[in-house]
This record gives sequence, C-alpha cells and structure tokens, in this order.
Amino acid sequence: MTVLALARKELALYFTSFLFYALATVFLLLAGYFFYTNLGFFVLMGGVNLQRGLWQYQLLDLQRILLVLVPLFTMRLFAEERKLGTLELLWTYPVRDAEIVLGKFLACLGVLTLMVGATAVHPIMVATVYPVEAGPLVAGYAGLWLLVAAFVACGLFLSALTDSQLVAGAATYGVLLFFWVITWNEAAVNEVTLHLLVPFSLFDRFYPFALGAVDTRDVVYLVLFTIAFLGFTWFALDARRWRGLR
Amino acid sequence: MIEVRELSKSFGAVDAVAGVSFRVCRGEIVGFLGPNGAGKTTTMRILAGVFPPSSGTVRIAGRDPLREPLECRRAVGYFPEYAPFYPDLRVAAYLRFVARLKRIPRAHRANAVAEVLAACALEGVAHRRVGTLSKGYRQRVGLAQALCGNPPILILDEPTIGLDPGQVVEIRDLVRRLRGDRTVFFSSHILSEVATVCERVIVIARGRLVGEGTPDQLSARLGRRRRVVIRVDGPADEVTTALAAVPGVLRVERREGGFALEAAEGADVVRAAGAAMQQRGWSILELREEAIALEEIFLRLVSDGDPRS
Repeated sequence: MTVLALARKELALYFTSFLFYALATVFLLLAGYFFYTNLGFFVLMGGVNLQRGLWQYQLLDLQRILLVLVPLFTMRLFAEERKLGTLELLWTYPVRDAEIVLGKFLACLGVLTLMVGATAVHPIMVATVYPVEAGPLVAGYAGLWLLVAAFVACGLFLSALTDSQLVAGAATYGVLLFFWVITWNEAAVNEVTLHLLVPFSLFDRFYPFALGAVDTRDVVYLVLFTIAFLGFTWFALDARRWRGLR
Repeated sequence: MIEVRELSKSFGAVDAVAGVSFRVCRGEIVGFLGPNGAGKTTTMRILAGVFPPSSGTVRIAGRDPLREPLECRRAVGYFPEYAPFYPDLRVAAYLRFVARLKRIPRAHRANAVAEVLAACALEGVAHRRVGTLSKGYRQRVGLAQALCGNPPILILDEPTIGLDPGQVVEIRDLVRRLRGDRTVFFSSHILSEVATVCERVIVIARGRLVGEGTPDQLSARLGRRRRVVIRVDGPADEVTTALAAVPGVLRVERREGGFALEAAEGADVVRAAGAAMQQRGWSILELREEAIALEEIFLRLVSDGDPRS
C-alpha cells in the first residue's frame, strides 16, 4: 500500500521532469537507429539467419544504450531527497525503510520497462513483412529486463550514499563499467581468478539471453545481484542511526 | 504525551545531546529553546522517529519508539527545520501522498486533505506547484503535512526561521490556532517568540538542559538587569576603573567610543556614574539607560553555561 504510494509519487516526479522525456527520447531515437542499421545489415547481407542474428545484435545494442542511460535515471532517487531534506520527512511517516527502497526501485524499473517495452514496435514492424520467432525474442527481453533491474538496484544504492546526483551517477557508471569489463583482459589474470571473475560479469550473464537462451544460473545471478544491492541500499539508509543525516 | 529520560545521542565523537530529561503533557504547548547547535534538532528528530537515541528512554503517547516505531510515528506530526518540499509536486497532490504514507484509509483521505488545506488556508494554492509558492506558503504546506492525519502530537522545528516579520506573525497565529487539544512541542532560538506562543519553556545548550519553566519564571530567574551607556572625555583605562568602582555596577564593557555598564536591579547607577565622572573632571558626552533585551541575556547566559551567573 505505502510502497505503491511511494512508487506513485516517484512516477509523478519522473513524468513532470524534463530530464525523463529527454532521456526517453534519446533512448528511443538510438534504439530506432540501431534497429534501422541492424536490419539494413541483415537485409543487405542477404538475410542470413535473420531470425536469430538481428535480435541478438539489437538486444546487445540496447544493453549498451541502457548502460549509458540508466545511471541518469537512478541518480536522483535518493540523492535528490537528501539534498531537499525530504528524506528526513519520509523517515517520520509510519513507513518502513524497506518500503521506501522498494517504492523507488519499482517506480524506476517501471519507467524503464515502459521505455524498453516501447522498442517492441521494432519486432512488430518486422512481423508484418517477415515471420518473427517469438520465443528467443521474449527470452532476450526478459534477460534485458532482469539486467535493467540489476542496473537500477545498483544505481539506487549509490544514490542513497550521497546528496549529490552527479556523484551518485558517476559512481554508478564506475560500478557498472567495472562489472562490464571485469572479464575483458583474460590474459592478465590467471585461470583460477578468471573462473572466479566470470560469474560476476553482468554482461556475460546477459549474453545467452540475447541469443535466446535462458539459463537458470544467469537468472539467479541477476536476481541475486538486484536483491543484494537493494539490501545495501537499506543498510545505507539505516546508517543514519550512527552517521546522522549528513 | 512526550516523556524523555536521560536522552543522549552521539555521532562518532560528537555528543549532540547529553543526558536530557523532560516531559510534555497532553494539551500543553511547550517551547524548546536554545542557541544554534544546542541539540534541539537532534532531540526533535529522535522524538519524530528519524533515528533512535544512543541511550536513554523516550515515550511517545506512552509507547516506546524502539518497540513500536510505526505507531509512535503515527502519533506525531513533524515539521523539520527549513520545511523541505518537493518543488515539482502540486500542493494537493503532495498532501494526498502524505495522507497515503500516513496510512489514512482511502475513504477518509480526501476529507483529511481538505481539512488540512482549510486549516492552513491553502485552498487557493491547492493546484500550484510547491516550488512556485512564496516562503510563507511553503512553510504552511510544511505545517499542513505535519497536521495531516490529525496526530495528537505536533513537533515543530523552528517553524518561523527565514520568514519576514509579517509571515512570522502569521505562522505563530496559525500554530496557536492549530493547537486545539494537541500537544505542541515548538523549537526556536528566539526567546520572545517562545514567550508569546508557549506556556512553558525548556532551555537547552550544548546538549544539556539548562532551564525549564514558564516564560515569566525563566526571565525572573535570569534576573532583571539594566544597562547604562556612557561616553566620557577621559583616559579610557582610568575611566574603566572609575566606572567599575561605582556602587551597583556589575560589569563594565567598552564599546564604540564609550562604555556599557551592567547595573544591578534597584541601584541608581546613572546618577552615581555621572557624579563619579564629574568628580574627576571628565566631561560627560552621553549618559543614558538602555533596556537589555531578554534574548540577549538569554543568549549570554546560555553561552556561559550557568543560568545563575
């Protein structure tokens, strides 16, 4: 009940902010551009494996745009409330910290779901002229949604640590990029370390989804990542007991 | 309604509040007075449920906030210092959000919002964004959110800070009207303000309780002193010594080319000081008596630590 009230307020703030419309526009234009070029590539290349190849390319591109855009959505969630002082007020209402965390998380995830959902227009367009296999596409979008949830949880946590939106955004880029590049330089780490690192790469976890494959381990990892960061966020709010409101 | 015993709160090495005890009874309107940094806001945050104390016990309407945090928060309407607000929300929408968070049942929500809008005279701006309102109106929105849900206890942290004199009077009147049968705990660093609004005053300085009583009791305890200002054509050091020797003079202070004497009650310091100067052949350029503002005494005493000094 109160979670919904909190989420509703966050949504109202998103929909009254110019930043939201600017970001959504950037996302949809870029997504459209990638779709256009990816489609062009597969059509000009003779339509080789259009069923799988096109959506794989498209989903990996969407993932990269989201990596750039999601921190800009999450940075204000707590940092702004800290700056305004309204977080203090929330703490005096009969609301649990967990409800505050969940309300904000759901609102942000909801907004991004809406935005990512809008790109469904691309497969629908293709489907009017060429058969589209729904299964791999649904799996891909499900993976993308889990990945977005993980991004949001991470951004939410870093936003809860500071009253500066800029710092929150920058730190979120730092953490997400780290989880992206963690497995890039395979030569620099030994075999054992690599085996320890690979499971932590958010993006390696997403790759099978983009191919249309759902692996329970990947689902579990992304869900755990999200839950862990929501937990960290809760701890960050609870720190006011000994840290005060600064 | 509010009971605080041996309340302490420290952040790292800083003791914000160190062993404060007091009670506020049902229907009472009590001022919480102290200079900036005295621990007023920390105490009020603990009472409002923002964070728990480091040690000591708190009872809000008979309940323990550590055991029943949400019930305690429901009993309290809190107005934080500087009245934070969401600039992009409209007044009515914001108050509906507050009503939902305060778990007011859906059927009563519209009524509850209409009630606080009327009580704080906000009907005319109900559809304006809070960020576009004047400071006085924003302060009223802050009071409206505290009042929402009709809590039996109101905790107001410096509700008049940063307002112009007209708005200060407006907010004070509003607080007095809102009172009804509520318990109001009201903080300020301005003594006269507390004296006009509150029945009882609790004074805090550097995290400790330094005084408690009605405004009259408190000012009696602070003593009724007067100040005499004198400007004399004479060697400053000798003049100081001579003035200090005048009977009834408690303290001599040099200022802006003259001297300020603090005089005990009942002593005719003006006449005595004048005579002393004439006796030594120094011409008197100015000699007058000045009332010491109550809050000036208060602030000085609070900074001295001992209210009897």
